[in-house]
Amino acid sequence: MIENIYIQNSLIILFLPLVAFVIQIFIGKRLPRQGDWISISAIVTTLILSLYMFVSMLQGYDSNFTQEWSFKWINMGSFVVELGVLVDNVTIIMLTVVTLVSTCTHIFSTKYLEGDIRYSRYFAYLGLFTFSMNGIVLSNNLMSMYMFWELVGVSSYLLIGHWFEKDSAANASKKAFLTNRVGDIGFFIGIMLIFNAIGSFAFTDIFNGVSAGKIAGTTLTFAGVGLFLGAMGKSSQFPLHIWLPDAMEGPTPVSALMHAATMVAAGVYLTFRIFPLLTPDALLVVAYIGGITAIFAASIAITQNDIKKVLAYSTVSQLGYMILAVGTGVYTAAFFHLLTHAMFKANLFYGSGSVIHAMHHALHEKHDHETDPQDMRNMGGFRKSMPITYWSMLLSTMAIAGVPLFSGFLSKDAVLAGTLSFAQQNPNHFLLPVFGFGAAAITAFYMFRMMFMTFHGKSNMPDLMPDIHESPKEMVGPLFLLGTLSLYIWYTLPYLNPFSTHGWFTDLVVPLDSAVPGNPTAKAIDDGAHHAHHLAMYLSIGVAFAGIGLSILMYLTNVLSAKNWKSRFGVLYDLSLNKYYFDENYNKYLYQPTLNLARKIAWIDWELYDKYFINGFGRVTSWLSKISGKLDFDLIDQILVDGSAKIANLMGLALKKVQSGKIQNYLLYVTASVIILMIVQSF
Amino acid sequence: MSEFVFLVVTSVTIISALGVVLSNQLIYSAISLLFTLFGIAGLYVFLWADFMTGIQLLVYVGGILTLIIFGIMLTNKISSARLSQTNMQQGIGSVVSLWLLIVLSLVISKTNWYSVSSSEPVSTVDKIGTLLMTKHLLAFEGISLLLLGALIGAAILARKEI
Amino acid sequence: MNQLNTYLYIAAILFSIGIFGVMTRRNGIAVLMGVELILNAANINFIAFSKYGGMNFDGHVFALFIIVLAAAEAAVALAIVINIYNNLNTINVDEASAIKQ
Repeated sequence: MIENIYIQNSLIILFLPLVAFVIQIFIGKRLPRQGDWISISAIVTTLILSLYMFVSMLQGYDSNFTQEWSFKWINMGSFVVELGVLVDNVTIIMLTVVTLVSTCTHIFSTKYLEGDIRYSRYFAYLGLFTFSMNGIVLSNNLMSMYMFWELVGVSSYLLIGHWFEKDSAANASKKAFLTNRVGDIGFFIGIMLIFNAIGSFAFTDIFNGVSAGKIAGTTLTFAGVGLFLGAMGKSSQFPLHIWLPDAMEGPTPVSALMHAATMVAAGVYLTFRIFPLLTPDALLVVAYIGGITAIFAASIAITQNDIKKVLAYSTVSQLGYMILAVGTGVYTAAFFHLLTHAMFKANLFYGSGSVIHAMHHALHEKHDHETDPQDMRNMGGFRKSMPITYWSMLLSTMAIAGVPLFSGFLSKDAVLAGTLSFAQQNPNHFLLPVFGFGAAAITAFYMFRMMFMTFHGKSNMPDLMPDIHESPKEMVGPLFLLGTLSLYIWYTLPYLNPFSTHGWFTDLVVPLDSAVPGNPTAKAIDDGAHHAHHLAMYLSIGVAFAGIGLSILMYLTNVLSAKNWKSRFGVLYDLSLNKYYFDENYNKYLYQPTLNLARKIAWIDWELYDKYFINGFGRVTSWLSKISGKLDFDLIDQILVDGSAKIANLMGLALKKVQSGKIQNYLLYVTASVIILMIVQSF
Repeated sequence: MSEFVFLVVTSVTIISALGVVLSNQLIYSAISLLFTLFGIAGLYVFLWADFMTGIQLLVYVGGILTLIIFGIMLTNKISSARLSQTNMQQGIGSVVSLWLLIVLSLVISKTNWYSVSSSEPVSTVDKIGTLLMTKHLLAFEGISLLLLGALIGAAILARKEI
Repeated sequence: MNQLNTYLYIAAILFSIGIFGVMTRRNGIAVLMGVELILNAANINFIAFSKYGGMNFDGHVFALFIIVLAAAEAAVALAIVINIYNNLNTINVDEASAIKQ
C-alpha cells in the first residue's frame, strides 16, 4: 500500500499507542499485571522504530530530507480536504523525543503508580496521549494537527485528573482544559482565516499561498496571531499560563511527560511549523509574549516551596524562552532548546518524582498524613540517601542553569544570541534580551535553590531520614538515562567543541526563509546570531554563575540570610509567592463578572422571557389551536373527510359484488377481458 | 386412409373433451378425459413425435389420470351409486368460451404462419436426450428439483394430521 | 388437411373447452381436469410448431417439461383437494372459503 519505509514506520509509530490504548481501556484491568506490559511493549516498539528512523536520518545526513504522504479525507466536488503525514528531520527528532520520554514515563510509572486503583486506565491514557502527540508531530496540515491538538488536550485533562477524588486535581484538570480552550478558539480562527484565503490546510500549500500573496497584511497577522494563541494555550504562555502549575496535581511521571517534555512543547512545535507565515508584527507579538513569560514565570519560581511548582514555573519560563526565540527569528534555536529542555526537564521531574516517592514512603512509615511530601521545607540533606537521584538531577540542573559543557548551555546560548542580534538590529526592542538574560540569571538561582533545599544542608525533619531510600531500579533507570542526555556531547556530535552549537543538529535542521515578504532571510538571521554569539555566550555564562553564586551564598553557606532578604523585598516577595495574584485577579475580574452576568441572564431568561414571552406565546397558541380545532372538526372532518369516505364507501358497495371470492368468477373476468382486448386490438 | 384416421382421432379427442366438461358424473368425466388423452397421443403420432406419444400415454394416462381417479374415489362416498356434480355460471361461461374460440380461430386463420414441410420422420428420442443434457440442462435439473419438491409437498399435504 | 392450421384449430378448441370446464365446474377435481385439457392444448401447439418449424426439438423438450409440471401440479392439487375434503367434507371450490376469514 504505502511503499515508503519512513511513512510506514511513522504510521506504525502513530497508531501503535492507539492500539495499546484501546486494548488497555477495554480489557486492561483483567490482564495479568493490569496489562502494563502491553503499553510498555507498544511504546518500546515505537521507540525502536523512532530510533531506527533517527539513525537512518544520521546516516543520510540530508538537511533537505522530506517525505510526504496524504489521502483525500473529504472529497466533495471542488472542495477537497487532504490529511497526511510529513516526515522530515524535525519530525524524526521530535518523534524520538516523544517516544523516548514516553517510554521512560511508562517504565517509571510502573513503580510510581504501583497499587493505584486505576493503574490500567492510567496506562491507557498514556497511550492515548502518545498517539495524539505523535499525531501532532506527524501532521502535514493544520486540520489534523488541530484534531490531535484537541486529543492531546483531552488526554491531558484525563491524566491531570487521574486522582479525581481530590478536589484540587479535579479542578486543575478542568482549569487546564478550559484555559486550553481559550487558546484553541484562536487556533481555530487562525486555521479558518488561512483556509478561507488559500483553500488548503497543508503546510506546503499554505506557504506557497503566502509567498504568492494570496493572504497578506493584517489578515495574515491576525491568522498568525490566532494560530499563536493556540500555541500560547498549550505552551502555557502569559497570560494563559495559569493552568500549568495547577496541572502538577497529576501524577509526577505525567508531569514529566506532558507538562515538561512533550505536550507543552506542542505549542512551540506549532509556532516552529508555522514560522514561515508569521508576519513581522505577529513575530513581535510572539517575541514579547515569550520574553514576558520567561522572566515573569522565573520570578514566581524563586519563592515557591513546592518542589513540583518550582519545576512547573521553570517549565513555563523555559517555554517562554523558546517562544522568544521563534519571535526573534532563530526558530531552529527554539527547536534545539525544545529538544534539550525535553531531556533535562523530564529528568528533573523524574528526580522530583523520585524524591516525592521517597518522602511519601517515609511519611507513610511514620503514619504522618498531614505533612506535604512535596514541600521542600520538609526536605534537606537527601544527598547521601539518594545518590543517583541527586547526581542525575544535578546534571540536569547544570543544564537548565546554562553551565558550559551541558546541553542547556548550548541551546540557551543559541536562543540568547538570536535575541541579542534581534535587539542589535532593532534597538527599540532592547527589552527582549533583558528579559532573556534576566530569566537566565533567575533560573540559575532558583534551580540551585531547589537543589540545595532538597539535597543539601541539614534535614528539616530528622526523624524521617532513616526511612528515606533510593527509589527502585525502574525509577532510577530513566533518571540515569536522561541525566546522561543532559551532557553537551550528544548534541554536538560529530564535533566536540563545548562552546559551539555546531553539530548534527545544526547540520540537519536548517531554517527556511520566511514566506512573508519583509521578513529577514534565514541567512541574515543566522549571520546576526553568529555575530552576537560570543557576546551572548560571555553574558550568559556570567549571569548563570551570578545566579548560582547568589544561590550558594544564600542557601548553601548561609552567608546571606534569605529571611532578611525576604523582609527587605517584602512586597515583591509576596507578589512572587502569590504568583502575582493572577488566579485571584482572574477570579475577581474575569470569572466572577462572567458568573454574575450569567446569573443575570439566567434571571432574565427565567423571570421575564420564560414567564411572559414563552407562557404568553403558549396562551396565544392554545387559543389559536382551539379555533383551528373547531374548524378542523366541523369543516374538514365532517364535510371533507367524511364526505370522501362516504363516496368511497358507496363505490365500494357497488364494486363489492365483483369480488365474489370464487376463482371461476375471476377467471371469467380475465378471459372476457382478454377477448375484449384482442378484439379492440384487431380494429 | 390416414386422413380418415386423422378425422376419427380428432373427433374422438374433441367429443370426449366436451364429455369431460359437460358430464354430470365425475367418474364419466374422468373416463372421457382418458379418451381425450388417447386422442392427443394419436395427434402426436401424426406430428411424428414418437417419444412424446409414449410419454403422453405413460405419464398422462398411466399417471395423472390414475391419480385423478384415486382422488375421486377418496373424496366421494363410494356407497352412493352416482357421483354427481353440479355446475355454475354455465350460460355466461359458454358464451365467453365460444367467443374465445372465435377470436383464437380468427387469429389462427389471419396469421401467415411460417411453415416448412419436413421430408422424413426421424427418431426423436436421441435428439431430445441430447438437448436435455446440453442446451436445457439447467432447466432439466431445475424441473427435477421441482418434481422432488412437489412429491414431498404432496406427501406432507395429504397426511391426515396436518 | 394435414397441415399446421388444423392442429392449431384443434388446440384452440381444446383450450376453449378447458377454459369452459375450469369456469363452470364446482368440483375441484373436475376443475383440475379442465386444467389438464388446457395444458394438453398447449402441448399440441408446441409439437405442431416443432414439426412445421423444421423438426426443431426444442418444442418437444418444452412439451416434456409441461407434462412434468402437469404431473407435479396434479399431485399437489389432489393432495390439497383430499386435505380440503378431510377438513370440510366437500371438494366444491366455492365452498372451501374458510381461508378467507
